[in-house]
Amino acid sequence: MNIFVQCGIGVAAVVGAAVTFLTFERPPIETVQRGFRGTAQELVYTTRAVDRIAARNVVPEADPPVDPIGQKSSEVYENVQVLGDLDAGQFIRLMAAITAWVSPEQGCNYCHNPENLASDEVYTKVVTRRMLQMTKAINTNWKPHVQETGVTCYTCHRGQPIPAYVWSTEPGRSSSMLASSAGQNVVSSAAGLTSLPYDPFTAFFRDALPIRVAGTTPHGPDNRASIKQTEWTYGLMMHFSQATGANCTFCHNTQNFANWNDAPPQRHSAWHGIRMVREINNTYIEPLTPLWAANRNGPPERGSATMSRLGPHGDALKVNCASCHQGAHKPLLGAPMLSNYPELNAVSSQLPRSASMTPR
Amino acid sequence: MAEYLNIFTRVQVRGPAYAGVPLPRSDDPRQGKPTFVHLFGMIGDAQVGPIYLGWLGVLSLVCGLVAFEIIGLNMLASVNWDPVQFVRQLFWLALEPPAPQYGLSFPPMAEGGWWLMAGFFLTASILLWWARVYRRARQLGMGTHVAWAFAAAIWLYLVLGFIRPVLMGSWSEAVPFGIFPHLDWTAAFSIRYGNLFYNPFHALSIVFLYGSTLLFAMHGATILAVSRFGGEREIELSLDRGTGAERAAIFWRWTMGFNATYESIHRWAWWFAVLCPLAGGIGILLTGTVVDNWYLWAVQHDFAPAYPAVWPAAVDPATLPGATR
Repeated sequence: MNIFVQCGIGVAAVVGAAVTFLTFERPPIETVQRGFRGTAQELVYTTRAVDRIAARNVVPEADPPVDPIGQKSSEVYENVQVLGDLDAGQFIRLMAAITAWVSPEQGCNYCHNPENLASDEVYTKVVTRRMLQMTKAINTNWKPHVQETGVTCYTCHRGQPIPAYVWSTEPGRSSSMLASSAGQNVVSSAAGLTSLPYDPFTAFFRDALPIRVAGTTPHGPDNRASIKQTEWTYGLMMHFSQATGANCTFCHNTQNFANWNDAPPQRHSAWHGIRMVREINNTYIEPLTPLWAANRNGPPERGSATMSRLGPHGDALKVNCASCHQGAHKPLLGAPMLSNYPELNAVSSQLPRSASMTPR
Repeated sequence: MAEYLNIFTRVQVRGPAYAGVPLPRSDDPRQGKPTFVHLFGMIGDAQVGPIYLGWLGVLSLVCGLVAFEIIGLNMLASVNWDPVQFVRQLFWLALEPPAPQYGLSFPPMAEGGWWLMAGFFLTASILLWWARVYRRARQLGMGTHVAWAFAAAIWLYLVLGFIRPVLMGSWSEAVPFGIFPHLDWTAAFSIRYGNLFYNPFHALSIVFLYGSTLLFAMHGATILAVSRFGGEREIELSLDRGTGAERAAIFWRWTMGFNATYESIHRWAWWFAVLCPLAGGIGILLTGTVVDNWYLWAVQHDFAPAYPAVWPAAVDPATLPGATR
C-alpha cells in the first residue's frame, strides 16, 4: 500500500469517527410503542435524558401544615388585597413558601419594604398579586390542561425570581439593501437547532395567528396556507418537543398530522395549553409591563437576579411551554404539589386596586 | 487476482498526453496544457486537461458565479457581515423566496428580489451548461444521452423553483437557497400537503432512486467480477461475446433466472436514473395544484391502509361550542 492510500484511509477514519461520535446519539435508546404496530408511533427516550430531566424536576419538601388561628389575614394585617380570605396562619405559611419558591436568596425584602410590610412601594409585591391570581386562574379555568395536578409558583420559578425559561420578542435582523434572515435561518436553540423560524412565540403565544396548515379535504381548493406559514407552525412544534422532551408522536399520528381522530389524547391537552399560555401572557403578564419598565433591573433587594426584566424590544419576559415543563412531559414529572398548598386556591380574583398597578 | 478487488485502479498506463480530436474552426481552442496526476489516475484518467470552455461554458460560469455571489452575500448580510458567524452558521443560512403576499410580482430586493435574481442567474447558468453538454456531445459525434439525462434533473429543478410556483401563483412556494433551510422546506412541504409519502409519484421516484443504486451496484460488481476474463471491455464483448460476458450472463440467469445483456444494462441504468427526477417532478407538480392532502387523497383512492383505532374517538376541540380560538 503506498503513502497516498495510507493517508487517505487515515483521513477517512478520522472524519468518519468525528461524524459518528459528534452527530449520533449514543446507545442505549429506548423506544416505546404506543400506536398500532407498524405505524412507527413510538416515543424515543435515552436514559441519560430521562435522568437529566428527573434531576431538574425535584419537588421541594412541603412546609408542614399549620393550625388555623381563626382570624382572617385581612383582619390581622393591613393592605391584604388578594389573600384576605385566608386564615392568618395559612397566610404566613404561604408567604414563607413563596419566599422559598421565588426568592430564597433575596428573602422577604424582594417584595416587601422591611420597615413597612404592608406598603406596596416595592413593585414586585404588586406583580406577585397578579401572579397569585394567575395561578388560581390556571388551576381553576384551565383544568383541561393542568388537570387536578395544577401549578404553584414553583412550577415556573424553581427558586429564582425570574423563571429560567422565558421569552421576549426577538429583534428582527435587517440589513437595509440585502435580505434579512426573515425570522429564520440562524442557529437557534428555540427552533431546536433547525433553520426554522426562531420566534414562534410572538406569533402564537402572544398573537393568535393560525397554526393549522394541512388541508382537511383531498383537493382542498380553499386551503391557502403557504409553505412559509407551515415553517412557522413547524418551529412552534419544535418548541413543544423541546419543552416536553417528547417527539412528534407524543401528540400526533404522523401519518396525518392534522387528523384528530387518530391522535393521542396528549394533543388535546396541548391544544388547551396553547390557549392557556396565550391567556397568561396577554391577561396577566403584558399588562404589568409598565412596572418592569420602571424597574428594569428588578427591586432594590435583587441579589444576584440582575438580569433585565424586559426583552430587547422592551416587552415583558413571557411564558411558553418550557416555563413550566422544563423538559418533562408533565411539569415536575406530575408531582401533585398544589395539593399541599390549598391556600393558592383561596386567592381572590377581584382585580387589585388599580392605583397600585402603576409604578410609583 | 487481488488486483480486481481493490477499490482503486492499481494499474496506470501512462502515454503521451492526448489533446483530443481536431475541432472545427467555429469552436474555440481547448484551454490548458495537459498534465498527469497520479491520485486522479487511481480513480479515473490520470490526464487532466485540456478543457474546452467556449462561450457557452464562459457564460454559464459567469451566471453561476453571479448567483453564487448573490446567495453568499445575502447570507453574509443576514449575520450582520460577521465572517465568524458566517462560517459558524453557514449550514443554517439562506436566501429566502418572497413572502406569500407578493404573489408573482417582483418584490423589494431585500424581501425576495435577490432570491428572484439568484434564481434567474442560476437557471441561466444551468441551461447554458446543458446547451454546452449537448454541443460537446454533438461535436464528438456522440449521442446526446448525457444531455437528456441532465435535462431530467433540470425538469425537477424547474418544477420546484419555477413551474409549480407559477401555477400556484406565488414565488413563496419555491425552495430557499440554503443547506438546512432547503431540507426544512422539504419537511414543511410534506407536512403542508398531508404527507408526501402518500404521493404515488413520490413513491415511484423513490423506486427509481433506490433502483438506480441497486442496478449500479449489480452492474459494477458484475463487471469487476468478470474483469479477470477481460469482461470490462464491454463494447467489444457486446459485439463479440467472450467468456467474461457469458459468465456474467450465466451468473444472473442462475441466481435470478433472467439477465440483462451488455447492451441492455446501460439502458436499464439510464432509464432508472432519468425516471427518478421525471416521476418526482410530476409528483411535485401535482402537489398543491391538484392535490392538497396526499394522505386523504390516498384514503379516497384506497391507497392508504386503514389501521385499527388505538385511541378513544376524539373530536377537534376547536369545533366544540365556546372554544377559544
